[in-house]
Amino acid sequence: MTYKVLYYVNQFFGQIGGEEKADIAPILKNEKIGPAMGFEQLLGGEAEVVATLICGDNYFNEHEEEALKFIIDAVSEVNPDIVVAGPAFNAGRYGMACAGVATHVFDELGIPVVTGMYKENPAVDHCKAKAIVVEVSDSAAGMRNALPVMAKITKKILKKEELGMPKEEGYFPQGKRLTVFSNERGSERAVKMLVARLKGEDFETELPMPVFDKVEPAAAIKDIKKAKIALITSGGIVPSGNPDRIQSASAQKWGKYNIKDIESLKGGYYTIHGGYDPVYANEFPDRVAPLDILKKYEKEGEIGEIFEYFYTTTGTGTSVGNSITFGVEIGKELMDAGVDGAILTST
Amino acid sequence: MVKEIERYGIPIVHMSTITTISESVGANRIVPTIAIPYPVGNPTLSENVELDLREKLVKRALTALTTEVSGVEYF
Repeated sequence: MTYKVLYYVNQFFGQIGGEEKADIAPILKNEKIGPAMGFEQLLGGEAEVVATLICGDNYFNEHEEEALKFIIDAVSEVNPDIVVAGPAFNAGRYGMACAGVATHVFDELGIPVVTGMYKENPAVDHCKAKAIVVEVSDSAAGMRNALPVMAKITKKILKKEELGMPKEEGYFPQGKRLTVFSNERGSERAVKMLVARLKGEDFETELPMPVFDKVEPAAAIKDIKKAKIALITSGGIVPSGNPDRIQSASAQKWGKYNIKDIESLKGGYYTIHGGYDPVYANEFPDRVAPLDILKKYEKEGEIGEIFEYFYTTTGTGTSVGNSITFGVEIGKELMDAGVDGAILTST
Repeated sequence: MVKEIERYGIPIVHMSTITTISESVGANRIVPTIAIPYPVGNPTLSENVELDLREKLVKRALTALTTEVSGVEYF
């Protein structure tokens, strides 16, 4: 028996276009497109990809309800045995789209879903409990390694074989607790772990505690008309020529530019962010970082003043570690400068 | 970045389109924006209408900064 697979990709992997096509509505094609072709070969004849669903990353994230309506109807019609999405690697929008498809297909149609994402993709947490999310590298260069792992897991699910532990099979733990037999009593294991810990030796917890790092909201500004407001963006808006060579993806640095003597970013700034269609931001960068309005408000007395430095970096593909460092460094400057509040825009 | 800046006690508002990501990364004050390539703009509108739209969003951001919140709140 050959199982049926339906494959979901974005506009780029669906070979429609790049960022300029990120706004396309979903379409269903009764053929294998892009990674679906290589994926089918890895299934060794045990399953075939009968259709590919393609949806623009921006369209999905900006019109989720309409996108899902089409997608769920399409999946329902094709009635596959499994849905495979992505892999999305570290792409935030693509990841969120795969996660949306995964959770809705699973919840509404009861069809299993396999996808692949990099560990820092914000979408992992949104679907790892309902889909099998294979851990893949942070860029499409890792496609060769990602697809075989996804295919192996897909075959197991289709044949209703039990999946091994996440670490063995290569997918993110789903938060499921499994009762297993052990040679040693719990008390023995606990004492051994404690002794190891006291000695400073390595040990592995049997149950990792979730880490919730939430920050207390800062107190509100009491008098906005006296406040100094800072403008920051992760939209990669930089002075023309990108003098500090901020990266277009996976930023290694941030920039700060004196905007005291300009009324808007138009003309002197553009975007180097590689994760969205730059046309609109290049025409009018204030569409990403609203300096023009803040300047207007400063003149009209709606705010005390706008902080003379504008901070910028590129969000796409930037590691969590770097983002934390940037936030700590920029935050310190704002604090030292007596900034009362900040606006951070993202694309 | 939003979280780390807020950790200094500086109120910060995140203006973004994919607000589920804002929440995932720990933003408290959130203003949902227009679209990914133009969060505080809209090239399909005439210049003046677009400026009014941008002003409306910035006003929401400032309202967020002047409102006490106890957790995630959208403006």
